[in-house]
Amino acid sequence: MSVGPPLQTSHAVGPPLWLLLELTYRCPLHCVFCYNPTEFAATGPELATADWLRVLAEARALGAVQLGLSGGEPLVRDDLEPIVAGAHALGYYINLITSGVGMSEQRIRALKGAGLDHIQLSFQDSTRELNDFLSSTRTFELKAQVAELIRSYDYPMVLNVVLHRLNIDHVGEILEMAQRMGAQYVELANTQYYGWAWLNRAQLLPSRAQLQRAEEVTRRFRERVGSKMQVYFVVPDYFETRPKACMNGLGSIFLGIAPDGTALPCHAARMLPGLALPNVREHDVRSIWYDSAAFNQFRGEAWMREPCRSCAERSRDFGGCRCQAYLLTGDAANADPVCELSPHHHLVTEAVAAAERAAAPPGAGAPLVFRDHRISIAVERSACRSGQS
Amino acid sequence: MSAVAPGARPAIARGLRLQWEPAQEAHVLLYPEGMVKLNGSAGAILSRCDGVRTLKEIVADLERSFGTTGLSDDVAAFVTLALERRWVELRE
Repeated sequence: MSVGPPLQTSHAVGPPLWLLLELTYRCPLHCVFCYNPTEFAATGPELATADWLRVLAEARALGAVQLGLSGGEPLVRDDLEPIVAGAHALGYYINLITSGVGMSEQRIRALKGAGLDHIQLSFQDSTRELNDFLSSTRTFELKAQVAELIRSYDYPMVLNVVLHRLNIDHVGEILEMAQRMGAQYVELANTQYYGWAWLNRAQLLPSRAQLQRAEEVTRRFRERVGSKMQVYFVVPDYFETRPKACMNGLGSIFLGIAPDGTALPCHAARMLPGLALPNVREHDVRSIWYDSAAFNQFRGEAWMREPCRSCAERSRDFGGCRCQAYLLTGDAANADPVCELSPHHHLVTEAVAAAERAAAPPGAGAPLVFRDHRISIAVERSACRSGQS
Repeated sequence: MSAVAPGARPAIARGLRLQWEPAQEAHVLLYPEGMVKLNGSAGAILSRCDGVRTLKEIVADLERSFGTTGLSDDVAAFVTLALERRWVELRE
């Protein structure tokens, strides 16, 4: 399909309000549910400080205002502080999305001085054993210390815990831990099945009973604690009958920049075949956002097929997630099969049914694949092989 | 929640930031991983919530700026809503 840049696009399309810079794919953790591409080891070199600062200035000129700094682990970059300072001077609200590994009193003081607005800290579980197992590291105590640093530097504390079959039964303990740490916000984000999580889906999908228990525990906790702590429970979309309004539609508000400068209309868009993703090394942000074929391909509704094309809900959910449509059906222009109106919905219900059958003790069945540089190279090789066959 | 007292001094809550965004032609309230685009009157009220001025002074300033009177109930109602949503907090 060839979609050239429509005339006068810039009048109809809003600014990229939410800019996410994935500063690096390097990460000391090896989480089994990471959404980073499994082929990350095969991507090009990371952008230099000056490139990131130029991207920040160009995107800000278009109206970008919420900035996420993530990765990988953004603290791995030793130029994080000048990047934050540059972003602050431009007027961004700056969110650091981190595992906490690499944070120290010295760095948090420097980041605060540079104008960092907020830190989101991830935990893998409420127990040292499972936290450390799921990230394949020894980081639990270190994260608890970072939580204390975040509080002492007067940041609003936001904890993020990715849920899946192996930790979802610990939701009560996770919420207690968050309360002890003085968190104001907790995101219980059920795993989204992309990247490494897709590789491990059969091991990570919870059962419906687990999910209902976790929601009930969360509801009771909210009742007890009241408005002191806000708990967001992100339901895994495999259990829904309508798709999520992914990215509010591609090319609508979200612009991601991968470590090598690749511009992404969603976090996982690298996987979509035939989408020639532009790179900030070669194009300015304005032309990428408004004019590139990649950012226009799934804008609006012209790309939609049935049942989306004639669906009354298409302007609410935008047909769901393009990457999920591609992963499950092989074609990114299909309806997200999470939708029960999709002819491919059975692919989702079958995966859930398989998870019910496999609600076996952790460790049973196929081994978990930990995110790892060496394994990433192996995955890339096998992807090349299957691509040739 | 009971009505905000006229002597209360509302301020933008800790961790949040209010700023004018030319691209959106609006005041926006920025908070961890989110943003609210404010309409004209909400922007006019919140941009006066500096933790120094009392609610009564804010009302007087708004009435002067917009050449009108009788705003106190509407402003108090909005500040109450903003408190519930944790957009503002009250300073001593």
